Amino acid sequence: MNHGATSTLEITTPEGVVFALPLAGPVTRFLAFLVDWGCVMVLANLISLVVGLFGIVSRDLAMALTIAAYFIVSIGYGIVTEWYWRGQTIGKRVLNLRVMDARGMRLQFNQVVIRNLLRFVDGLPAWYFVGGVACLVNRQAQRLGDIAANTIVVRQPKLQAPDLNQLMADKYNSFNDHPHLAARLRQGSTPQEAGVALSALLRRNDMDPQARVELFETIAGHFKSKVAFPPEVTEGLSDERYVRNVVDVLFRSPTAQSGGHGPPYKSTRQ
Amino acid sequence: MIIDLEQFITEEKPHWQALEKVLDRLANDPQQILPVAEVRRLHYLYQRASADLARIRTFCAEENIRRYLESLVARGFAEIHETRAKPRRLRPLHWFFGSLPRAFRRHFKAFALACLLFGIGGVFGGAAIWLDPEAKPVLMPFAHLKGDPSERVAMEENAGKDRLEEQKSTFSSHLMTHNTKVSLFVMALGMTWGLGTALLLFTNGIMLGAVAMDYILAGETTFLLGWLMPHGVIEIPAILVAGQAGLMIGGALLGGRNAEPLRFRFRDIAADLITLIGAVAIMLVWAGIIEAFLSQYHAPVLPYSLKIGFGVVELTLLIVFLTYGGRGQTVATLTNWRLALWPKAGRPRKAG
Repeated sequence: MNHGATSTLEITTPEGVVFALPLAGPVTRFLAFLVDWGCVMVLANLISLVVGLFGIVSRDLAMALTIAAYFIVSIGYGIVTEWYWRGQTIGKRVLNLRVMDARGMRLQFNQVVIRNLLRFVDGLPAWYFVGGVACLVNRQAQRLGDIAANTIVVRQPKLQAPDLNQLMADKYNSFNDHPHLAARLRQGSTPQEAGVALSALLRRNDMDPQARVELFETIAGHFKSKVAFPPEVTEGLSDERYVRNVVDVLFRSPTAQSGGHGPPYKSTRQ
Repeated sequence: MIIDLEQFITEEKPHWQALEKVLDRLANDPQQILPVAEVRRLHYLYQRASADLARIRTFCAEENIRRYLESLVARGFAEIHETRAKPRRLRPLHWFFGSLPRAFRRHFKAFALACLLFGIGGVFGGAAIWLDPEAKPVLMPFAHLKGDPSERVAMEENAGKDRLEEQKSTFSSHLMTHNTKVSLFVMALGMTWGLGTALLLFTNGIMLGAVAMDYILAGETTFLLGWLMPHGVIEIPAILVAGQAGLMIGGALLGGRNAEPLRFRFRDIAADLITLIGAVAIMLVWAGIIEAFLSQYHAPVLPYSLKIGFGVVELTLLIVFLTYGGRGQTVATLTNWRLALWPKAGRPRKAG
């Protein structure tokens, strides 16, 4: 198990496969805490409203139940939600965070209880100051409760199942009319270069228009320097379209491009 | 070499989805036990996803697929390589009569140390009041204890009406929650290598010692025992058990002669910590009820002998429970030895 350079925890399985868990920082975790704190307040008020009905029978009993209910909700909220939602509270769900075992194993009930009960010391002197400092200092961004429970908090961005069709479906690629140049492009490109081009295409809608133009100009220029396609092929082709064609060449085998696996191409020349 | 991403996804996606489905099922019902065939299938799918991740990391820098596979492999890894027992369904009676006293005895040294720290505090507090009565305003925890004990006893015994009328449940609830918070704090401060826990036990001891000595010096020992014993014989041990838990945390942090890594030291005490904190909560709920409904009533409403006797019974039961509770296994072993030494003793007698 290694600690990655950019707040990630890398775990190597006995099969020799490495996977990385992106660790959540103190600021995100504090925001999740604020959401949870709001939830506890709302829940406690709702319960006190319901319990207040006992006041018809006895005011003393209603008050006693309100005190007990607030205490149970404030202590039990984190334990119950993290256990039933496998490491998530409402705040953590909103911010896409999850509590995990520090070794990547299944989260145990004991771990959930310990990390929640030790909030008493992490919360000192106020607003999780001790916990926040511990988070900043610790290599795995653990607060004291996490250290005792052997847990970490990771970021879990929403993951979509991979689907290349959204990227390259129904588009004619003029580069494939020159199979020898396409083969040279495949041979001369590294997986990292191909990955950069693909990532740029997948994230193009999230970019600022100016940055998008500049980025695709740089990437297209890089691939143009590797293999020069004839001018009649590249003429009128935007940089983004050029990169799209490059990615298509790099990530589809020649069999697929000739109709083996790929979708039917339109005859529109681009 | 760059892999044909489309072909790769087309071929592998059904297996990823199948793995995801099994993992979702296991996550939704952690208690379920998969048949052997399904376990083999899960293992196969996990290994296939691991191999796919290795290929993606080596031959393609595509971020989304790598993240997706990493998340899948991480989930599979937790299921396949987990060697700790799955949590059993809650068995409250088994936990209370078995696990709890056994956990207490397993860490008796920590409890003894908590008692020692509390006791030293008590002696210190008592000695301070005895030697310097002027220190009373500093040492007494509550305002109503700063006055003259004899005056308070006279006032309590001559009280015409119930002070806690229509407030007993609220008072009880307040005591339970307050004391539980204090106990959790005592336990949590174990993360200061046990120093915070030790300090809190010592200061609580000082306060109790000071109060006790103040009443003893005023000749109000009977009142003191009648007032404190019904709830104190449970409440004080509860605080000491919380201290025991805190010192266990401190001990795990320090390590001492235990050369295991920190995470193993914490893992070893985790279950017992939770059990002890559960015990503290139960004890404090009981103490809160007794304090509100019994301890606050004095002679002539409730004779002191009755209150002290009740406290003695509670304390005896608590000691017996913590000393002998959960020894079912020991009883079974003793029975087996008896049968081994005197085989006839266990046989049914012949008729006639």
